[in-house]
Amino acid sequence: MAKFLVRRLLQMIPLLLGISIIVFFLTAMMPGDAVDAKVNPNMTQEQILHLKEMYGLTDPIPVRYVKWLVNAVQLDFGDSLTYLKPVTSVINDYMWNSFILSLIAFILQLVIAIPIGIVSATRQYSAVDTAGTVFALLGISLPSFFLGLLFQKIFAIDLQWLPLSGMSTAGANYTGFAHYWDVFLHLLMPILVLSLVSAGAMMRYVRTAMLEVIHQDYIRTARAKGLSEKVVIYKHALRNAMIPVITYIGFSLPTLFSGAMITEKVFGFPGIGKVAYDAIIKRDYPLYIGFTMFVAVLTLLGNLLADILYAAADPRIKME
Amino acid sequence: MSHEEKRPAANAGQDTLIEVQDLKKYFPIKGGLFRKTVGYVKAVDGVSFSIARGKTFGLVGESGCGKSTVGRTLLRLYEKTDGSVLFEGEDIFALSRKHLRAVRPQMQIVFQDPYSSLNPRMSIGQAIGEPMLTHRLCTKGDVRKKVSQIMEECGLPSYYIERYPHEFSGGQRQRIGIARALALNPKFIVCDEPVSALDVSIQAQIINLLTDLQRERGITYLFISHDLSVVEHISDYVGVMYLGSLVETGSQEALYQNPLHPYTKALLSAAPVPDPHAKRNRILLSGDIPSPANPPSGCKFHTRCPIAQEICASQVPQLVDCGDGHCCACHFAGAEVKPNSQREQ
Repeated sequence: MAKFLVRRLLQMIPLLLGISIIVFFLTAMMPGDAVDAKVNPNMTQEQILHLKEMYGLTDPIPVRYVKWLVNAVQLDFGDSLTYLKPVTSVINDYMWNSFILSLIAFILQLVIAIPIGIVSATRQYSAVDTAGTVFALLGISLPSFFLGLLFQKIFAIDLQWLPLSGMSTAGANYTGFAHYWDVFLHLLMPILVLSLVSAGAMMRYVRTAMLEVIHQDYIRTARAKGLSEKVVIYKHALRNAMIPVITYIGFSLPTLFSGAMITEKVFGFPGIGKVAYDAIIKRDYPLYIGFTMFVAVLTLLGNLLADILYAAADPRIKME
Repeated sequence: MSHEEKRPAANAGQDTLIEVQDLKKYFPIKGGLFRKTVGYVKAVDGVSFSIARGKTFGLVGESGCGKSTVGRTLLRLYEKTDGSVLFEGEDIFALSRKHLRAVRPQMQIVFQDPYSSLNPRMSIGQAIGEPMLTHRLCTKGDVRKKVSQIMEECGLPSYYIERYPHEFSGGQRQRIGIARALALNPKFIVCDEPVSALDVSIQAQIINLLTDLQRERGITYLFISHDLSVVEHISDYVGVMYLGSLVETGSQEALYQNPLHPYTKALLSAAPVPDPHAKRNRILLSGDIPSPANPPSGCKFHTRCPIAQEICASQVPQLVDCGDGHCCACHFAGAEVKPNSQREQ
């Protein structure tokens, strides 16, 4: 186990190096940079050039990459050009907002998707199954920006039940419970949108996994043993069906920290996804590259976690 | 049914453990936009036989003839379409779900594929012990000891108890499957092609294990197989199935020495003889087995039968006793069928 972990972690180094080369070069080769993005029409060409030199944007790309890499291995991704502080501290500031949002949405997604998936599979083609499938297809096919705007129109503008956007009421300065309640009301719509759009796919995933297991011979064996239907479904079938679902959960974990770009943007939610979105628009490349590397590390760790969970859930798999 | 009285009475007068009466199992074929039932696969179409306590009834037939469906339906792993199954005089399909679960330990099944029929996430100790605990045949304290005993009885070292199914060979897995069934101390076991997936040498071991267990415990078997020589070895009575119906039943001796139905004759003529110089007179059947969704009229076998006459296409032959409980469903039972292929092996 320890050997396996060390080997997998070592394998990540060349992978990350490759990812960083691709991300850095692609970003650097895009036309325009941070200076172009906020150029003042009154500035002279010399002033612009001077600014670019100051930011090190006139060096050849490979030179810029090596400079960036030397700092990056020391966990210094440079300063954000819009926030004017280190990229790592910007990510740290906004990541946790996203984490709270995504974690609640993720739990809600599991709570919605797993039971419906199980019932859909055990009563295939029943009314419950059909309703579940329609719900799942709605979730899969409705884009989050559309559902977000629809919710804002209904709940914030027409009904005025929930705040339109943000994470807390500006200038209210609530304290204690009032503050948490305020944040909760702001979180409600983005959470609903995030969990509804992802629960559909997850539900279909659980249903498929469960259906496959239910038709296995050992389920027939379990029935022949004279076990109750409850034990057959929840002990024998579900445990086996959960193996692929657990892997799916492992893969989903990085998204808890990397934010939901579109949903956060629609709801003006101060999360890392919105920050990354703005970084692209404002050509804040140090922040954008830093964020992309952060997501890359999370994804690799998520894969590793999925493999570990997979082996823990399935005795047929041994880590070597 | 008119042939009710003439039902195979090979074991008349003996203590009958299980009695199958005109059992039917149709699987609906769904089709169209609203998944309406557009037809039925008649997997089992009116099968009747009975098995005496402590005896083995062998059920043979080609793949897809419905023999596995018979085994599963008579344990009510599938719901029947029609007919009845009496287990110690009690109709299995009349039992409530709860009552059925209570009866389950007495009738067990060993499946063809020993790997897929074991839960991959349960150690074999758990797999064997679980139903014993459920049916209170042992306590949490002595389950381990009892499981070990059963495993030893089935030729599995008890130190394998913590292992998972994937860590065993095919023959060992089938021993696990048998141990699992045996753990509940059943009176009746359906052996659904238990050796078909195994090597010939392992087949012999498993067959011997089954016969030893029968001798020691007086278990009754329904032994389903497509292998005529295996069935001949283990069975007291044999039934031959074709397309969902029994075409011939009788004692092992009578059926193998003196087959009456042309289908049985063809099957027996195809069985290999362990003599490389023997001349073989084979009856080759032409064509494929017809679809059970749309079986031929009259005698279902008439499309492939070498001695079929006009009557065969229109009238369904009944399974009638041709003497000493040897029954045959053929208008020309016992008629000579000339071999149409002769060659050295």
